[in-house]
Amino acid sequence: MSKLDSKIPEGPIKDKWTNHKNKINVVNPANKRLIDVIVVGTGLAGGSASASLAELGYNVKAFCYQDSPRRAHSIAAQGGINAAKNYQNDGDSTYRLFYDTVKGGDYRAREANVYRLAEVSANIIDQCVAQGVPFARDYGGLLDNRSFGGVLVSRTFYAKGQTGQQLLLGAYSAMSRQIGKGKIKMYNRHEMLDVVIVDGKARGIIARNLVTGEIERHSAHAVVIASGGYGNVFFLSTNAMGSNASAAWKIHKKGAFFANPCYTQIHPTCIPRSGDHQSKLTLMSESLRNDGRIWVPKNMEDVMAIREGKLKPTQIKEEDRDYYLERRYPAFGNLVPRDVASRAAKERCDAGFGVNATGEAVYLDFSSAIMRYGKEKAMIQHETNASDDRIRELGEQVVEAKYGNLFQMYEKITDQNPYKTPMMIYPAVHYTMGGIWVDYNLMTTIPGCYAAGEANFSDHGANRLGASALMQGLADGYFVLPYTIGDYLASDIRTGKISTESPEFEQAEKEVRGQLEQLINIKGTKSVDYFHKRLGKVMWDKVGMARNEKGLKEAMEEIRQIRDEFWKDVRVPGGMDEFNPELEKAGRLADFLELGELFAIDALHRNESCGGHFREESVEEDGEQKGEAKRDDKNFAYVAAWEYKGDPKDAVMHKEELTFNDIELKQRSYK
Amino acid sequence: MNLTLKIWRQKDAKSAGKMETYPISNVSPDSSFLEMLDLLNNELIDKGEDPVAFDHDCREGICGMCSLYINGEAHGPDRGVTTCQLHMRMFKDGDTIYIEPFRSKAFPVIKDLVVDRSSFDRIQHAGGFVSVNTSGNTQDANAIPVPKRDADKAFDAATCIGCGACVATCKNGSAMLYVSAKVSQFAYLPQGRVEATERVLNMVEQMDKEGFGNCTNTGACEVECPKGISLEFIAKMNKEYLKAATCAEK
Amino acid sequence: MSKGFSKTSVGRKVLMALSGFFLLIFLLQHFIINSLSVISPDGFNSTSHFMGTNPLIQYVMQPVLIFGVLFHLMMGINLELKNKQARPVKYAFNKPGENSSWMSRNMIITGIMVMLFLGLHFYDFWIPEIKTKFINGDMSGLNAEGGMRYFEELQHKFVNPIRVGIYCLAFVFLSLHLLHGFQSAFQSVGFRHNRYTPTIKKLGNLYAIIIPLGFIAIALFHFINSSH
Repeated sequence: MSKLDSKIPEGPIKDKWTNHKNKINVVNPANKRLIDVIVVGTGLAGGSASASLAELGYNVKAFCYQDSPRRAHSIAAQGGINAAKNYQNDGDSTYRLFYDTVKGGDYRAREANVYRLAEVSANIIDQCVAQGVPFARDYGGLLDNRSFGGVLVSRTFYAKGQTGQQLLLGAYSAMSRQIGKGKIKMYNRHEMLDVVIVDGKARGIIARNLVTGEIERHSAHAVVIASGGYGNVFFLSTNAMGSNASAAWKIHKKGAFFANPCYTQIHPTCIPRSGDHQSKLTLMSESLRNDGRIWVPKNMEDVMAIREGKLKPTQIKEEDRDYYLERRYPAFGNLVPRDVASRAAKERCDAGFGVNATGEAVYLDFSSAIMRYGKEKAMIQHETNASDDRIRELGEQVVEAKYGNLFQMYEKITDQNPYKTPMMIYPAVHYTMGGIWVDYNLMTTIPGCYAAGEANFSDHGANRLGASALMQGLADGYFVLPYTIGDYLASDIRTGKISTESPEFEQAEKEVRGQLEQLINIKGTKSVDYFHKRLGKVMWDKVGMARNEKGLKEAMEEIRQIRDEFWKDVRVPGGMDEFNPELEKAGRLADFLELGELFAIDALHRNESCGGHFREESVEEDGEQKGEAKRDDKNFAYVAAWEYKGDPKDAVMHKEELTFNDIELKQRSYK
Repeated sequence: MNLTLKIWRQKDAKSAGKMETYPISNVSPDSSFLEMLDLLNNELIDKGEDPVAFDHDCREGICGMCSLYINGEAHGPDRGVTTCQLHMRMFKDGDTIYIEPFRSKAFPVIKDLVVDRSSFDRIQHAGGFVSVNTSGNTQDANAIPVPKRDADKAFDAATCIGCGACVATCKNGSAMLYVSAKVSQFAYLPQGRVEATERVLNMVEQMDKEGFGNCTNTGACEVECPKGISLEFIAKMNKEYLKAATCAEK
Repeated sequence: MSKGFSKTSVGRKVLMALSGFFLLIFLLQHFIINSLSVISPDGFNSTSHFMGTNPLIQYVMQPVLIFGVLFHLMMGINLELKNKQARPVKYAFNKPGENSSWMSRNMIITGIMVMLFLGLHFYDFWIPEIKTKFINGDMSGLNAEGGMRYFEELQHKFVNPIRVGIYCLAFVFLSLHLLHGFQSAFQSVGFRHNRYTPTIKKLGNLYAIIIPLGFIAIALFHFINSSH
């Protein structure tokens, strides 16, 4: 018998959430004032949860490592947010959004959670508009939608290429209102370094004030972890520099199971690496694939000539170009889901057709879209005899209106004009579907400890659809957690204030101090970045877009080795009691060095290809789908939740079997 | 590229600081300004010296965490970019580059180039929101159509990333571009109109309390703003304020 | 008006603009009357007499004007001092010219120069006027020969080349002050419109150049005339 109880409510899927809300315990308003809740992270999930919990009456203490909650990395999401509003009357519905999300996640998500997500999605848009989020509107003054990431309906709401920013600022404004009222106590520039467990329940955290270095104890009746994903285990990713897994990893070490760590999303449209100086990768919205065509040269001579600068991409004739997505997937073409597009780019580059000096880039070409839009616009303006140059000029205007900010960003970074020459793109680590295991109430396996947003594992299965991350973060924070947490807290109304003087707090603080002191006292010879880059290279080469048994075993070995060296030879300048960014980085890397190993272990055990996890051993052998990923529903239709046992290699797996009652499992096909 | 860096070093808020000189070589013109500082820091760590502290996070120009006054301009010589998007190809081999923190009474230095911008947050706490509770039952998002022109204006104002370049640039250390962006965003939307009077009065009051200077319409903020927030919004705030102050009942 | 309007940053900014508007109108009026001295000495005399003896202008408008000037000055100095405090540590290296005009950054300098000139101007015209009218009690506006005295007094002042030089220089400062001040006042009261603002800016530049240039021309006209 598995230890995991997902607590999925009984009843038909469309009634589960309503029934559950009707049945769970509720804390009366007067008693909410007596209850403290800690929220770690202030992105879409943490920010919206903090605001909503404070509105309900709980005393919220919110923590973020940035200098303001407004800077959480949710702000960088560009494309949009899905919601089953059916404003476009194209047949969208809660069921269709649910279906697309489960299918997109390659049938590795928990059905009941996904249905709930689809159900509350429409409320998110209502809520955000009421908060003053300036979504794009049409000339009639109503909200505009676009289609996104390979789905067949237009359900994505957006605010130019800054949707994440606008939604986060919405949540931040809701938080600001509660901070002003004193209902949220905000701890900026604070990092959670451990969770404190008293009598088996999460009762507080140990945090470090990053400005003064002071180690602080904070108690609460429940702790919510909304600290985002762990993409920075790869060193280079589209995550922010400070994005880290430490909060999630610390609770994992104290008893929270970590689910499906190997499910990582590699986003196909990022700006390629330019050299070793690179500190992060920049994503460009997937919406570019609506109009851009992806290709590499057909002939190796052309590839070489391009790399040497002897040939320009615009000089390559149409028939000498390999539009490989259109060739391989005629039905979806350039709009195949992210995992498929990324692997196809890797396949071409591994075969030697990469078009920049590093060999890791493919073209994203707007020239046909520019001409197509130009002709349309010339027609509208009754310019019947427009020359090619005039058509191109008109087309560029249309493309600029649609993607101007992205094109400008690309030009700033690469110094190339994407209106005149094709963009170069390459996949990069973007999002982690895996995360802390939670039940239907978003509670982890530690009573009183919750996980929300990207930090948990629940809704995206093995692959996330575009514009669904924002939806999930806000659904968890605004509409799920505030209800479900009451069910647990209802039994805590007589507990009273939690003391921070207990032996448990003492012990936790001692351990935190011990680790920080240890890091500073190693006084080795190599910087934190040196080790992080090495870890990143192993992860990318052997646990990246395509994985095999041999590589994964090597990776596990190499990660252990890097970890050993790190603990012997890292140099952390400065002291503990001061503003010390190197110490922060060292602590985060120490956790990544453990998580990376579990990541590889999980990838090794899952001997199937599903979503973002591609095992070279598990591909279709023949037929139309030859060479495509092969999922194994018979043996792997479960969630792998790992329990910490003192060392990543000793982690014990617990299975949560996934049952699909409302959706028929199918092989994904985009042919 | 080989460069000479002159960087403000200050141990903590209480200590006095001064400009220090650091030569740096082998900087790739393709690297970003912050990657150049990463390179410097790794050299300093190797030499056993204290690395330069600076704020940064997303490194794609949207979080607003990075700052820096580079060669006499907020976010450096390029236009429409934050420091993390500034590339070294904007400089020439052999250049001397001055790097200072954003200077304002309301932005005290924490260490080296890191400043405390929590004054910006406190202005938002005073009124940078619409008072609507979370509920599944707010009215339908399309219940109130918003003219596209107003929606677009609100969006343009809302793109402010709160980096503080406006304050750093303004000869008066004024925060009006920042405050006006939030005031205008809500003033253009029907959802925000309801509290417009109180909002502008409260936010301006808090802005003044924080010790920011006064706007004299030099327009420097608009030029240096990485998001191109227009002076139009300051005018809008002035108008909103005038209206609120003349009509308020207290 | 809410309490403390004049204490808040935006409130002060609006008051600066309103006093500025008032001074702009006054300046225009002053310029028109001065122009008469070139076209028609008689017209100039009679207008000057009217302005100098009309009780509404003398007892209402004149104090308002003096208050307006002093208010604009005191508020300007006050704001400048406050603004200096907003940045206690200066930049070691700064390039303000990259993002703003010299005029916009140096309103306090051009403003104080104009005020210093006003001191001379008061000494030249206003104090003798007050002396004649209110101390000597001579409200007739006539000189010893029985003619109107205003034009003659004006001409008399523009004999000294140094004084004329100072006058001209002062108007250059006034021009610099207005080049920023005119359009800035509109911005401060919140008047900004994509259709009208470009026109206001052009109008402001015209005003800031034509009016001071006109004053200079009048001064030079009388200087040249008097030296013949």
